Parts: sequence; C-alpha cells; structure tokens
Amino acid sequence: MSERKHLIWNPERECMSRDELHALQGARLAETVKREYENVPVYRARMDAQGVKPEDIRSVEDLQYLPFMEKTDLRDYYPYGLLASPRSEIVRIHGSSGTTGKPIVSGYTRNDVDVWGEMMARTLTAAGCTKDDIVQVAYGFGLFTGGFGAYQGADKIGAMVVPMSSGNTQRQIMMMKDMEVTLLCCTPSYATYLGETIREMGLVPGKDLKLKAGCFGAEPWTEAMRVHLEELLGIDACDIYGLTEIGGPGVSFNCLEKDGMHINEDHVIAEIIDPATGKQLPYGEKGELVFTTITKTGMPMLRYRTHDICSLTDQKCACGRTTARMSRIAGRTDDMLIIRGVNVFPSQIETVLVKAQGVAPHYMLVVDRVNNSDTLEVQVEMTEEMFSDTVGHIENVRRYITDQIKSVVGVSAKVTLMAPKSMPRSEGKAKRVIDNRKL
Amino acid sequence: MFIQQLSVFLENNPGTLRAMTELLGKGGIDLLALSIADTQSFGIVRMIINSSQMEAASKLLRENGYISKMNHVIGAAVPDQPLGLSELLAVIEKSGLSVEYMYSFLRAAVPGTAHLILRLDDGRKAEQIFEQNGIAMLSQETVDNL
Repeated sequence: MSERKHLIWNPERECMSRDELHALQGARLAETVKREYENVPVYRARMDAQGVKPEDIRSVEDLQYLPFMEKTDLRDYYPYGLLASPRSEIVRIHGSSGTTGKPIVSGYTRNDVDVWGEMMARTLTAAGCTKDDIVQVAYGFGLFTGGFGAYQGADKIGAMVVPMSSGNTQRQIMMMKDMEVTLLCCTPSYATYLGETIREMGLVPGKDLKLKAGCFGAEPWTEAMRVHLEELLGIDACDIYGLTEIGGPGVSFNCLEKDGMHINEDHVIAEIIDPATGKQLPYGEKGELVFTTITKTGMPMLRYRTHDICSLTDQKCACGRTTARMSRIAGRTDDMLIIRGVNVFPSQIETVLVKAQGVAPHYMLVVDRVNNSDTLEVQVEMTEEMFSDTVGHIENVRRYITDQIKSVVGVSAKVTLMAPKSMPRSEGKAKRVIDNRKL
Repeated sequence: MFIQQLSVFLENNPGTLRAMTELLGKGGIDLLALSIADTQSFGIVRMIINSSQMEAASKLLRENGYISKMNHVIGAAVPDQPLGLSELLAVIEKSGLSVEYMYSFLRAAVPGTAHLILRLDDGRKAEQIFEQNGIAMLSQETVDNL
C-alpha cells in the first residue's frame, strides 16, 4: 500500500472551506426547522414548549436551542407521525428494529433517496471506487438500509453492481471471482467470514480475485479487525457509519487515510453532547453523537440522539477533504446491542419473555462471536408457569420464545432454560447482558 | 383412578440430581418410583412418593429454590411376565391414545405383578379404557402402602 491517490466524488462540497460550509449548514438548518415546525405537530409542540420559533434558528450555533429527538419518538409516532412531507411524496420506507415489538421506520422522498445516493457515492469513491469498478453488495436488501444504500451509491457512480444480498457464501465467492469484483460492501464480520472461506477454498486474493477495497459497516468493529481484514483479503478496508433514522449508511465514511470517518456535513450536522446534561462538548472531547439532517424532506431529524459515543475533529485530513471526522464508535450510552447488524435492546427480549411467562422474568443475554458471526443466547429462569411434567410442553414454550424473539427482534437466538435463582440478583439495575465479543 | 406425581425441573449439569435427591432424602422423603427425562440443557425428574409426604416434599423443594409441580398420572398393574407390558400397550394403541411417558415402580404390592406409571394424552379416556379392558389401576392408597 504505497502512495495513495485520493478520489473525491464531490470536491466542491467535500473540500469547501469551513466558513462556507457553516453558512450553507445554517441556511439548510433554518429551512429544515421551518419544514419540521410547519408539518410535524409533535415537534412544533416541543419547540413551542421551549419558546423557540423557527425564525430563532438562523445558524449552526442556534442548534443548541432545539429540543432533542430520540428513538422512542420513532416508536411513539410510528409509522407516519414524523413525516414532514405529504405521504404521496414518500417514495420508499426503510426500517430497523426498535426498542419494542414495532420496527422504527423512516420515509424517504425522491429528494432523500437522491441525497442518500450522493452520500454513498462519496463513501464508495473515498474507498477508490470509479465507474470502472465492479461492486458486490453483500448487505441485505430489504427494509434494512445496507443493501439499497450501497447499490444507490455504486449506481450513481456508474459502477457495475452485483447485488448479492446477504448469505450463500459459496455463491458470493463464485460471483466475486467470475465477475472480477473489485469492491465489496457488507458487514465486517461477514467480510471476515468470506475472507476465511476464500482462503479455505485455496483462492489467493490478489491473484484469483480482483478485490481491492471494501466498505464495511452496520456493526461495531475494532481497528485490529480492520487491519486483519486488509491482510486477509489484500484490500483497503474502510469503515462506514450510518443509521436508518438519519438516512442509512453513508452518513460518514473512511477515506483511504482511514483516520476517522468523514461526515457528509453539507447534509447532516454532527454534535457531541454530554449524555447526562445534554450540553454540547467541544471538538476532541468524547461524548454522545447527535445528528441533525439538513437536506432530508421526508422525515428530517433534528438533534437525533444516536447514543453512540465518539469524538469529532475538524482538522483537515491528508486526503484533501475539509469535512469533520468522527472517531470509531467507542460504546453506547444505552444498553443497545448490535447483533449481526441488527439493533437489539434487552427490553425487546423482556417483552417477549413477559408474554410467554406471564411474570417478570429473570434472564440474561449472552452475546459472543463464533466463527466471525455474532451469537445470542437467551438464558431464562424456569418458572412455575412454564414448568410441566412433560418435555414436550416445556419445549413448546421454549420454541414459542425462540420464534417470538425471531419475529419481534429479528435475530435468531438460542433459548436456554435455567434453574430458578441461578441468575444473579441485583439491588439496582439488573445486569442483563454478558457480551463476550472481543471488540 | 389417579395417583399423585411430583415433577422437578433440573438443569442438565453434574451434581444437580444428587443434590435434589439428597435434599429429599435428608428430609425423610421416600422415593417409590423415579424417572428422568433429559434434554441437552435441562431435565425433568418425576417421582412418586407417599401422598402424606407430598406437601412436605413440595415445601422443601420450594424453600430450596426448586420449581416443582404436582399432577396426576395413572398407575397400572400388569402381570410380571413376558408380554405383560406389550399387551397393555396394545390396548392403549387400539383405543387411539398415546403414551407421553411411562416408568415403573421399584416394588409391587401384589407378587407377580409389575406396577407402571403412565401419562397418556387423555387421562379421563384412559381411565375408561382401562376399566373396560380390565386393567388393574393402582389407587393412591395402594401406592401409599408400598
């Protein structure tokens, strides 16, 4: 990996001066706040309650006067309560799992889909993608934003897309080889699994495969894992970040310097706050990441609390971009887990268990990574209500819980029935998660 | 005619069965019959004990953190000889009933007979079928005197 040539999709925007950028952000923020105030009753009520009028928000500095939005808002106003455009203008929805049974969904207007494509085009370009490249999308296509996001970015660039969706590893590798794929998009854990399978098959990256880079995201991973992936596949492995609420992947991305993720700041404003007080923190300090979308029209988000912990820097990157960069996510301020790319909250599992058992359950979620794939074991204490003298009845309850978790949360879990009182009891907040993944 | 059975949930780990039976043993509970249904992760221990000890045993288990359940099963006496069991099973099969589980007593009240404990998918119907086919069912009193 010698001298790098940095490709930039939209130099006018990605390399603009910080002053120009702030002026643009201020104007777009004002427009978005006005749209939100006029079209989303719940947000108008909140602004009114805080005595903030749309006219008060004129620059990025005014952002701090706006109320926050939370994932629970997407649940409470599911499915259309937060739309800021008429429903007829919405051309697509995407979603991910929420904190309880219902998913959280976001509506996209034609404009939003275009903006997203632009953001992903920048993301892929930063990893070295041009119209001569062949992009294999092994993110799932569906409500999940990964597949469509990567597809739209590659399509905008004019690259050739191989839309494999997730799974079927042998076929993925066959297509990767036969189509002479140069760029891979999937989760980092699946990339590792693909890499190991490729090696097991005796294929040599760089010789049998044309792969040169990958854009990996949708789950937490480490710098060590990134370096490992680069060696395993002989590629540049770039980290990408995004969330459904803000529009999907492409919110921020690694350039080939791989030193922080460039935020698409002409489309989103990032803040770092103290999660306890909600006060803004200066660049360089670690805190909770908050995003405001300033070009979305379908379902804009103002000061959306991601609960991801990281820090920001606005120092100019060697790649030439002037956009601020965010550090790797260092943790969460809540108990959300990301398992095989799916957001999982212990409260979702608890809801299922309460329904199955009829009582508040004692349970523990044990998360691990086996063969580069996340595993979830749900340990539940046996109760009088669940117990029976026949194995069949108990197995039925266990199967019911397993099926419900799959349908409510969207991940497969192994349910293990435990002896009563085998879980540690706690005076305060119960410990519900053991995460054995080395992240 | 039904008899009482006590079932206990155990994790499928070394020492759990010993600990539970030891607890009952030290509490003076006499086991008249016992069976274990095991899966990869858990087991169900089913026991027949003297009905006068049922309450004490349940209390002892509960106080020591076990989940247990009392229910009713059928006790049947069959000739203690070849085909004794299969003839009983033939009656059950013919009636369309099915056996969910079955095990046997360690002792018998009448010499030359074997005492079985059965759980069938329809207990009431099983009782009628057994009566119609002259299969001797054990009363709780008989069991308590074993």
